[in-house]
Amino acid sequence: MANITNTNELKANKTGVLAKLIVRIVSITVVLALWEGIARSGLLYKDVVPTISAILYGIWEVLADPTFFRQAGVTLGEITLSVILGAATGITVGIILGSRPFFAKIFEPLLHYLAPTPKIIFFPLLIMWFGIGEGSKIAMGTISSFFPIVLSVASGMRHINPVYVRVGRSFRATAWQQAMKIYIPAMRDPVVNGLRLAFGVSTIGVLLAETKFAQSGLGFMVTRYYQQFNMPSMYGIVLIIFAFAIFVNWLFGKLIIEETQ
Amino acid sequence: MTAKSAIFQKEKWVIPLQLGVTFLFFAIIEIAIELKWLNEYVLSRPSKIFFAFHRIIVEESILSYTAVTFMEVLGASLGLIFIAIPFGILLAQKKVLWQAWGDWVSALAAAPIVLLYPLFLVVFGRSPMTIIVIAFLTGFSPVVIKTVEGITNVRQVLKDVGRSFNLSAYQQFKLITLPAALPAIFLGLRLGLIYAMITVVAVEYLIDLGGLGNIVGELAERYDLPATYAAMCFVVGVSILFFAFLERLEKWLT
Repeated sequence: MANITNTNELKANKTGVLAKLIVRIVSITVVLALWEGIARSGLLYKDVVPTISAILYGIWEVLADPTFFRQAGVTLGEITLSVILGAATGITVGIILGSRPFFAKIFEPLLHYLAPTPKIIFFPLLIMWFGIGEGSKIAMGTISSFFPIVLSVASGMRHINPVYVRVGRSFRATAWQQAMKIYIPAMRDPVVNGLRLAFGVSTIGVLLAETKFAQSGLGFMVTRYYQQFNMPSMYGIVLIIFAFAIFVNWLFGKLIIEETQ
Repeated sequence: MTAKSAIFQKEKWVIPLQLGVTFLFFAIIEIAIELKWLNEYVLSRPSKIFFAFHRIIVEESILSYTAVTFMEVLGASLGLIFIAIPFGILLAQKKVLWQAWGDWVSALAAAPIVLLYPLFLVVFGRSPMTIIVIAFLTGFSPVVIKTVEGITNVRQVLKDVGRSFNLSAYQQFKLITLPAALPAIFLGLRLGLIYAMITVVAVEYLIDLGGLGNIVGELAERYDLPATYAAMCFVVGVSILFFAFLERLEKWLT
């Protein structure tokens, strides 16, 4: 009986996977056909909506250009550094807020409401403080990444099972042992989740800052291609950035799922 | 009471202390500038910023810029209500579509869509439409995801009650599924509107067009530091009020 049920479930799963695959293939085909149709119809200026082959060639051109990797290195460096700085400050402040209800009562509501404000408006000041070089972009990314990390860590600290902490104390664990054996393992999920959000907002912050005022980086390249009206290359670089952002987000997602399992 | 709600539970001393800390922060900056520890050419005195508020309201008409920003947010929110929510409902009803497109919708949330603004500038020109479309697209994913989540997570017992009353599929949806899914839908809408608001201000600043983002950029280009800081504080204040309003609205509606 159990075998029959399993076989039926297996069949249903196979049908589901097949249907999903068909829908995906049909969707991609329809979107590509629509795009190509619009590109060739002349409804929109042909350089605004280039043909798919032109975009693919644009991606190839971007990837074949050694400048791209230099600029990508600049952007990646800015994002990485800003997430590290945001994480260092965010985790420190988060731990303080999570462990000291007095400070949490005063500062956490302020941070909660400040977190979703548009940080890009601070960019003119960051240019004055750090110049139009990489410093202002790193500062932009740091401000963006600080908030999701601090809120996530503070909330994570409060949700640590108090039983674990009591067990640690009853074993007379030192502060270091408690940190290594109780707090850090229990905080992994909120920290990874905060980093995942921080990476997303920091990427956007850095790239937007680069599109406004910069002399290097992928955002700068996007603006340059736009000013040259080289739309296929602009699409190419944006698609590469999208793919990268989605990939990193997926990686963080995997980390969280593995931890949960 | 959860740990978070305990933190947000207002006690009598909290607000005065918050105001006191904020005042102390500004006082320290004022003194540091007075003692030349901080450079007045990059950091304006809080007292000057305070008086610049009057100037940005009367001379710079920041309130009309605010109205422009809110019109654009409203445009995006109409798109989210009339396109994203029905799309989410469709995906929740047709499981195979959600299985096929769900990952793509989630991936869209991770993609920095706002970077496509040069494309929309070319398509829609330097008009509010460009800002509205980008804001709509950034708010699209959370609204769709939460709508699907809300509809698929309706408790089985509620569905069974509907069936026991022999409700038609339409009645089942209208009387049971939709009301039960509303809290999740409103949560998605709130998140979508927050993303939309952030994007509207960001794009306004980037393309020097429209409301609050634009005026911050304009004042910074004039190097009117106190007014720039005041405008930034104004934007932060407006955003906070907007988010607080959305939170209240969500609580009231659900």
